[in-house]
Amino acid sequence: MAMDRTIYREIKATGGVWSLAILLGAFVAAAMGSVIYVEHHGHIVTGMNNSVVWGLPHVFAIFLIVAASGALNAASIASVFGQAPYKPIARLSAVLAMSLLVGGLAVLVLDLGRPDRLLVAMTTYNFKSIFSWNIYLYTGFLAVVAAYLFVQMSRIDYKYVRIVGTAAFLWRLALTTGTGSIFGWLVARPGYDAAIMAPLFIAMSFSFGLAMFILVLTMLFKLSGRKFGSGLRLRMGNLLALFAAAVLYFTIVQHLTAMYAAEHAGFERFILLEGGHVTFLFWVVQVLIGGILPIALIYLPTIRDSDSEPVWASVFVVIGGLAQVYVIVVGGQLYPMEVFPGYEVTASAFGDGEIASYAPKWSEVVLGLGGVAISLLAVGAAAKFLRILPTNLTEVNVPQD
Amino acid sequence: MARLAAFLVFVLSLAGTAQAGSLLPEIPKATGEAHAEGNEFWRKNHMDMMQHDRDLTLRMGERDIEASLKECFECHAVKDDHGTPVTYSNDKHFCRVCHDYAAVKVDCFMCHRSTPDGVDENAQEGNSHAGLMSRPEGDAGEVAGYLERVKRPARRNMMEAGE
Amino acid sequence: MKFRMPAEKPMDSKQPPAARAQAKKTNKAEMTRRDLLRSGAAVATATLAPGVTLMAFGGSPAEAAAADAGKRWGLLIDVSKCQEDCNGCVQACSEENGWESTGHPETDAQWIRKVTLKNTATGHTQSMPMMCQHCESPPCVDVCPTGASMKRADGIVLVDKHTCIGCRYCMMACPFKARSFVHEPVVNQKSHAPRGQGTVESCTLCVHRVDKGGTPACVEACAAAGHDAIIFGDLKDPNSEISKRLAEYPSVALRPDLNVNPGVRYSNFG
Repeated sequence: MAMDRTIYREIKATGGVWSLAILLGAFVAAAMGSVIYVEHHGHIVTGMNNSVVWGLPHVFAIFLIVAASGALNAASIASVFGQAPYKPIARLSAVLAMSLLVGGLAVLVLDLGRPDRLLVAMTTYNFKSIFSWNIYLYTGFLAVVAAYLFVQMSRIDYKYVRIVGTAAFLWRLALTTGTGSIFGWLVARPGYDAAIMAPLFIAMSFSFGLAMFILVLTMLFKLSGRKFGSGLRLRMGNLLALFAAAVLYFTIVQHLTAMYAAEHAGFERFILLEGGHVTFLFWVVQVLIGGILPIALIYLPTIRDSDSEPVWASVFVVIGGLAQVYVIVVGGQLYPMEVFPGYEVTASAFGDGEIASYAPKWSEVVLGLGGVAISLLAVGAAAKFLRILPTNLTEVNVPQD
Repeated sequence: MARLAAFLVFVLSLAGTAQAGSLLPEIPKATGEAHAEGNEFWRKNHMDMMQHDRDLTLRMGERDIEASLKECFECHAVKDDHGTPVTYSNDKHFCRVCHDYAAVKVDCFMCHRSTPDGVDENAQEGNSHAGLMSRPEGDAGEVAGYLERVKRPARRNMMEAGE
Repeated sequence: MKFRMPAEKPMDSKQPPAARAQAKKTNKAEMTRRDLLRSGAAVATATLAPGVTLMAFGGSPAEAAAADAGKRWGLLIDVSKCQEDCNGCVQACSEENGWESTGHPETDAQWIRKVTLKNTATGHTQSMPMMCQHCESPPCVDVCPTGASMKRADGIVLVDKHTCIGCRYCMMACPFKARSFVHEPVVNQKSHAPRGQGTVESCTLCVHRVDKGGTPACVEACAAAGHDAIIFGDLKDPNSEISKRLAEYPSVALRPDLNVNPGVRYSNFG
């Protein structure tokens, strides 16, 4: 094993760091304001309703939670798969995984109808519900990754890092499977009842997590004036393209399979063709901007070697990822459930058989962005107070394998 | 030395206020018979008893327990000047009196009605959010109004409430 | 007042220690004359009333009972008797349970609704009420993280609003869109039907009436209007009106492919 020459140092609190912290703090404060507003008036002030019960806050929350488990990948590649070039960034990877999860959970919990009952949710369990399992998976993830970070930062024998790292990797797979199963195990809805939801979410976590990791790593290095060499950047870029392609693959399989079944044909027609803004989000934002464009950016030689890669690819993956989660979460609810197969509903007091409508309000956007801000504040604070960021990531200092 | 003197003055002034009008809550008198177990028992255990009974009623369907919230209001409904029982949004409500003092939020009335059947809760002023606290009485706003009430001399009922 | 006299209730570990200690000390002599008279009146009413109401509306004579696993409450809706322009069941439910429609179905309470269907193959139209189907294997109960969505021993599916955190997962899971979320603060609830902001609600099969031996408000209203389209009864009792009709005439459950075995069935559905 090559000697570890990586020096980890806290980032200095420069003016730039403070400005960013204050900006993120403002977003968090706005989100708190939104929560108080919704709590006081009830969910009637949001765009969510009896048909579209989960909206923008859940889109943000699920994106953050899925990205959280994927953000651990860099550390897993180092510890579990033994790739030396990733070792210097393993600590940040663990911290980012925890931060993103905390941000996502914050949004989820704050949008509950009764967030004051969180203690009830944490002490009363129905273990037939995948939601219940997820509570353990999420909190357990925080514990396991914290342990992982601890062994990484201590002068302990490396084999323990491998053991805890493997446990964290397996846990993160279980977590993402659990998140995908929230949807995959709903028999009632034509857009969800599919086993492929779990592997699709795993692929999404790889892709979104790596994209967020690249963005945060690049940002932290810029803020602290540290050098980020092209070797590691290109490696991560290639990996991102691979993951984005995997997401495209699973998406294709998901929709092809659904189109083949007559009972799901209506839903597929809605998403792929007749869904208005949902169709736009699917083809233009999810597939084109979030899938094909990043892959092209990374593999086209002229763009690939520029200094801005894979940052732009990551930005597009994140945008496409949010759109994908929106199409899954909201699109799946907009399409009416088939309560009376073989019958057309000519009148209903509750919109049976009709495409539902959802118009998100500002309170939801603010809450979602507040969750992102919580994540970024957390990882920034960790970089400021803990030695998780390497001082130098140029070729000289990246361990060669 | 000066600081010690200032501190003593502060403490004594508090004691002085206490004698003028008690800081303890003025518990509204109930109608009907007192509970057999006594006030102290009820103050300590009413939450456990309510939770136990609610599970019996909701999950097991036993409704002949006669210890429902509705039953409580038969004796513990506090009336306003017009003789109408007040809702939870009014700080004279029976539960509010102690719970405001103890600063323990009461969750029940987000879903349960806080007056006996037949009272139109919609008609009560400032009652758009029964689950949330209302402003205390008093013209000069929340804090001043509260201080106003606290300075009133202790009622006879304080003794009868079994203090 | 007959008030949970400790000696009369079976002692169980759920009672607080003080009550159990009290129970050992208290004896029946503490019951006053008033208590005796009241309890007698209560018992008499409880015995007579359910018999009267149930007999009138075709249910089986049930005593005022707690949730009994030997029973399974259900509804049978005769679609051919349901009138398209009649809203009696919906109005009765809203009266009974204290909710109202404000003209915004997307955020209003949805306990029961009328739907009009047209058979795409034959063109036949029909109208019928839709409410919680009180499934035997309710998907909403499976997915609730806190167990607030529950099925009682007698088959009635309820939301325990004390434990509901308002996550709305049960609303995602219900195949019949039977549940709704309370989007605004609520006051002036009926004492027998508490409901509040931030929790999920649905048809309770008028459990507060059923537990006292009564029938749901929608059933009563439909009978009062002369349509008799909905009947209520014990599905496990072969001698109840509902069981006899189910055995004699064809009926369907909605979404039979899901195998949730609803307690609500529809006859003359076509």
